[in-house]
Amino acid sequence: MKRILKLILVAALALGLVACSNSSDNTGGDSKECTITIGLVTDTGGVDDKSFNQSAWEGLQKYAKEVGGEDCVKYLQSNSDADYVPNLSQFGDNGTDLIVAVGYLFNDAIKQVAPNYPDSKFLVIDTTSDLENVASAVYSAEQGSFLVGVAAGLRAKEDGSNIVGFIGGQDSELIQAFQAGYEQGVLAVNPEAKIYVDYADSFSDETKGQSLAQKQYDLGATIIYHAAGNVGNGVIKEAKERGGVWVIGVDRDQYEDGMKDDGTSVILTSMLKRVDTATYNTAKALHDGNFTAEVTTYTLDMDGVGAEISEGRNLTADEIETIKSYVDQIVNGDIVVSAEPTIANGSSN
Amino acid sequence: MDIIVSMFPSAMMIAAPIIIAALGGLFAERSGVINIAIEGIMTVGAFVAATVCVLLESNPSLGAYAGWIGVLAAMIAGCVYSILLAVSAINFKADQTIAGTALNLLSTGLCVFLCQIIFDQQRTQSFSRGISQIKDVPILSDIPIIGDMLFSGIYPTIYVAIILVVFVYFLVYRTAFGLRLRSCGENPHASASAGIDVIRMRWIGVLISGLFAGMAGGMMVLTSSVQFAASSIHGVGFIAIAALIFGKWNPWGVLGAGIFFGFSSALGTRASLIPLLNMIPSEFYSCIPYVLTIVALVVFSGKSVAPKAEGQIYDAGKR
Repeated sequence: MKRILKLILVAALALGLVACSNSSDNTGGDSKECTITIGLVTDTGGVDDKSFNQSAWEGLQKYAKEVGGEDCVKYLQSNSDADYVPNLSQFGDNGTDLIVAVGYLFNDAIKQVAPNYPDSKFLVIDTTSDLENVASAVYSAEQGSFLVGVAAGLRAKEDGSNIVGFIGGQDSELIQAFQAGYEQGVLAVNPEAKIYVDYADSFSDETKGQSLAQKQYDLGATIIYHAAGNVGNGVIKEAKERGGVWVIGVDRDQYEDGMKDDGTSVILTSMLKRVDTATYNTAKALHDGNFTAEVTTYTLDMDGVGAEISEGRNLTADEIETIKSYVDQIVNGDIVVSAEPTIANGSSN
Repeated sequence: MDIIVSMFPSAMMIAAPIIIAALGGLFAERSGVINIAIEGIMTVGAFVAATVCVLLESNPSLGAYAGWIGVLAAMIAGCVYSILLAVSAINFKADQTIAGTALNLLSTGLCVFLCQIIFDQQRTQSFSRGISQIKDVPILSDIPIIGDMLFSGIYPTIYVAIILVVFVYFLVYRTAFGLRLRSCGENPHASASAGIDVIRMRWIGVLISGLFAGMAGGMMVLTSSVQFAASSIHGVGFIAIAALIFGKWNPWGVLGAGIFFGFSSALGTRASLIPLLNMIPSEFYSCIPYVLTIVALVVFSGKSVAPKAEGQIYDAGKR
C-alpha cells in the first residue's frame, strides 16, 4: 500500500514538474533562406491566450506568410517571470535578428538582456526603452476608448438612462488614459450623461469586479466599460444576470465571453489594441532595412487601436455610422483626445 | 438606505465561498492537520467546475443543471486533490505547512496545463451561465426591506453555506464522530489510547476539508466569473483561513467572520457613496480581514482556542 501511495505521489510531482518546466517548442536553428530571423518571447499567457500574445504572434505569422517565410519566425513561451531573461537570451545566443517581447512586464528583462546582444534588434510592447537596439510600441488607448465611449453615450441616450460606468484595474497612468478617452467619447455624443468611475485596484479580482458592477448598475448605469483584465469577467457575469444592460470589452474582441444561453451577447462592443500591427510593422521594417530604435505610439490612423464595429452584432447601423464618422474626425485631427481623466476614482461627473 | 440594502446581495456573494472553505479548514484543523492548501484545492475545484460547466452547458438535458453538476465535480476533485496532503502529511509525516504550500504551488501549474490540453488555451472557455442569481424567493422576497436584502437578486450559494454551518455544527459538536475528530486535534495519543484510530480520523478530516474547499472554489468561479483563469481564486483561500482563526475554529464563528469579511469587501466598493465613510481610502477596507486576523491571533494567544495538537505530526511510538 505504502509503495503504491509513494508511486502516486511521485507521479503527481512529476506531472507538476512537467507543468512548470520551460517548454521550448518551436525553436530551431536558423534557416539559411531567411533574410531575417524573428523570435517572440511571450509572457505567461502563451501564443493562444486570445489576447496580447496571440495578437503579437498573429502579426508575425502575417509577416511570415507575406514577406519572410514560415520557418523564419519562432516563439518561446515563458512559464514564469523568471523565464523572461533566459528566453530572451536564448534567442540572442541563436543570433536571432529581431526579438519581440510582449508586455510591460519585460521592462527590466529587456534592460538586462538587450545590451548583451548588440547585433540583435528588440521590440518591446507597452513599455518604452531608450537602448539603441530596442524599438518600443505603445498605444494611444484614449483614442480607441473614445470610440467605445461614443457607442456607450449613444446607447445610454437611446435607452433613456443617460448613465454609464467605467471600471478600471489599477489606478495608474496607463489605465487612466482609457478612462479619459471614454469620458470624452460619451460626452461628445451625450453631454447630459452621468459617468461613474471605479477602480478595482487589481487586474485579477473578479469578485470585486462583480461587486463594483452591481454597484454601478444599481445606480442606474446601463453600460459599463471595463479596462481591468480578468476583473472584467466579474462585470460580464453581472451583466448576464441582469439582462438589458451592456458591457464594453477591452484590448480584444470579447463578444464570445459575453455569450448567454440564448446566443445573444452582453458585449456591446470592444476597444481593440492591435499588437499584431506593431509586430508586423516592425518585422517588415527590419526586413526592408528601415528599423529604427524608437518609441512608436500606435494611433487610430495607424490601425493601432480601434473599436469592434462588425455589423449584425449589438451595435445598430446608425451607431456604427456615428462611430465611423468620429474615426474620421480623430484621424483628421479635428478632434484631439486627451489622456487626462477628469473624474476621480469612486465618484461621478 | 438603498446603498446599504444593495450591499447585502454583494456581501453574501463574497461571503459564501469564504464560509464554505473555512468550514473545510475547520475539519482538517480540528483533526490536527493544518490545511494551508485550501487556496490550491479551491483552484483545482474552480478549474474542474468551470470545465464541467463549459462541457455540459450545450447538452440539452443536463445543460440547465450544468452549474450544480460542476460544483459536484469540484467537490470530488477537491477531495481527490487533498489526498496528496493526507498522504504526505499523515502517512509520510511531512511538515504540514510545507506539504500544503506545495499543493498551492502545484495547483495553478496543473490547472493551466490541463486547460492547455482540453481547451488549447491557458484558461477555460467561457461558460454562458454558471450559477445564476435567484431573482425572487417566493413569499420571503415580499417581506419589506429584509426581502430586498436577503431574498431577491441573491446567489443561492449563501443559503448552501448557512445550511452547511448548521450541519457542521451538529456533526462536530453533537455526534460521537465529532468528539473523536476533535480529540485527535487536541491530544492524539490520549485518543489512540481510548481506541480511536487517529490516522483514520485525520484522513477523514483532510478529505472532508478537500470536499468543502473544492465546493467553495467551484461556487466562486461559477458565481463571479465567466471562465477559469490561473488568478481565479486570488487569495480567497487564505482569507478563509483567516476567517477560521477569527471565528475561533467554530462553525458559528466562521459564519460571522465570513459575513463580516464579505461586508467589509462590499463596503469598500460602495464607501465612496456614503457620507463620512468616503473620507477613508478604499484600500483600508481591503486590509480589514488581514488586520483583524492578526489582532485575533494576538488576543487568542495563550488561551486554549486553537486545537492543541494542530500542526503536530502524529507518531504512535512517540510520547
